[in-house]
Amino acid sequence: MYPQDFKFTKDHEWVKVDGDTAVVGISDFAQKHLGDVVFVELPAVGTKLAVHQTIGTIESVKAVSEVFSPAAGEVVETNSALADAPETINQDPHGTGWILKMKLADRGGLDALMAATDYEKYLEGLEH
Amino acid sequence: MKQTRFNAHHRKLGAKMVEFCGWDMPVEYKGIIDEHVACRTAAGLFDVSHMGEIHVAGKDALAFVQHISPNDVARLLPGMIQYSALMTDKGTYVDDMLVYCVHPEFYLLVVNAANTDKDFAYIAAQKGAFSVALDNASDRYSQLALQGRQAIPILQPLTDVPLAGMKSFTFAFGKVAGKNCLVSRTGYTGEDGFEIYTLDPDPGVIWDSIMEKGTPLGLQPVGLGARDTLRLEARLPLYGNDIDDTTTPIEADFKWIIKFKKGDFLGRDVLVKQNEQGIQRKLVGFDLLDRGIARAHYPVFVDGVPAGQVCSGTFAPLLKKAIGTVYLPIAKTAVGTEFEIAIRDKKVRAKVVPSPFYKREY
Repeated sequence: MYPQDFKFTKDHEWVKVDGDTAVVGISDFAQKHLGDVVFVELPAVGTKLAVHQTIGTIESVKAVSEVFSPAAGEVVETNSALADAPETINQDPHGTGWILKMKLADRGGLDALMAATDYEKYLEGLEH
Repeated sequence: MKQTRFNAHHRKLGAKMVEFCGWDMPVEYKGIIDEHVACRTAAGLFDVSHMGEIHVAGKDALAFVQHISPNDVARLLPGMIQYSALMTDKGTYVDDMLVYCVHPEFYLLVVNAANTDKDFAYIAAQKGAFSVALDNASDRYSQLALQGRQAIPILQPLTDVPLAGMKSFTFAFGKVAGKNCLVSRTGYTGEDGFEIYTLDPDPGVIWDSIMEKGTPLGLQPVGLGARDTLRLEARLPLYGNDIDDTTTPIEADFKWIIKFKKGDFLGRDVLVKQNEQGIQRKLVGFDLLDRGIARAHYPVFVDGVPAGQVCSGTFAPLLKKAIGTVYLPIAKTAVGTEFEIAIRDKKVRAKVVPSPFYKREY
């Protein structure tokens, strides 16, 4: 169920690398855990991010959750559609519910992330 | 962890379960927004069996409940219910509660799950020379709430209690789905509806029958998540957030539950004094003017000066905006007054608004 060309963090962000840019979002597990998303706070384009730096906040009716950068780089675009339709994160977390695109500073750190099959095993571990 | 007698029903429905006050409770089924809107537009079914039920029986039952309640229990005829509170001797809240008059020698007090044991110990400590028997019957009761405009069409076919003529804040005994129940026209959502209490050890058929009748009419099971957003839109207070042992009913804008003329009761002296001298602060409802959601405990600033914390705060699913409650200095409680709330590292603007935020139109 988790896309094979994505990589995942232990904090449930996903990243999809295409050349020197990466798209970032949160996983289906994360959106289910949060429940109905009603507000998303995104960084300004141009923000430089270090690995694991806070890139924004996702709020559901019940909870507040921070999103951490899975890689180092600079924000080149944020998903402006989330301002009016934050529920897109619930509806399509791995697609139109993406959060931001970044230009990668380097690929260090990406190797430490989990492939889809490893992430699924990681989730099984969390559920027990 | 304690389980209600409907635990298997929640699990079968795929509810997300959480621990709440020592109980294994459903926080959501399909999602908080869906459940909230279903309750506002059709109906919602809630398992609220975690609530506390305390019996006060005996020849001094009326006098005793009068002693522990600021509201005038003597006004209750059998079958009537009153919203009231348990007061400390400082006039602050031990809890809020519903008082059901079964007859003048038997009252049922319904209290919050979080406080049941504390309340019972407190009530027992007030017994003194009163000739009453006190019974914490909470574990023997199951309680469901059926709330929303479809409540009567759903429930009437299942019960011999005539529902349409039942007044708000009254109750009757009867059968629901063949089980002996107490049915009251009460709730915690701002909708019309009923709460159904039973001592039957196997009440599952009540849940099943209501779901079966209600599903075609838009009924959804509702978890604790939407229970909180529903009650906050209707600006019903939550103990621990809006009221606690540091706040009085006058400050909480519930002066109407205090009947000074009825005679002595716990906390009366302090409340009389506070009523004469005036209060320093009052609980108000607010809307957020900037983007974001202000949640409980977020710092509040009035004219740039720290002024306490948000009491309750959420995204209101029907109104689609961020709302909340806060105690403000009395001079700053007029509708339209602006103040600030710190959300993480930035301050956003909020405004005092009339409440309830939501009022039903039927």
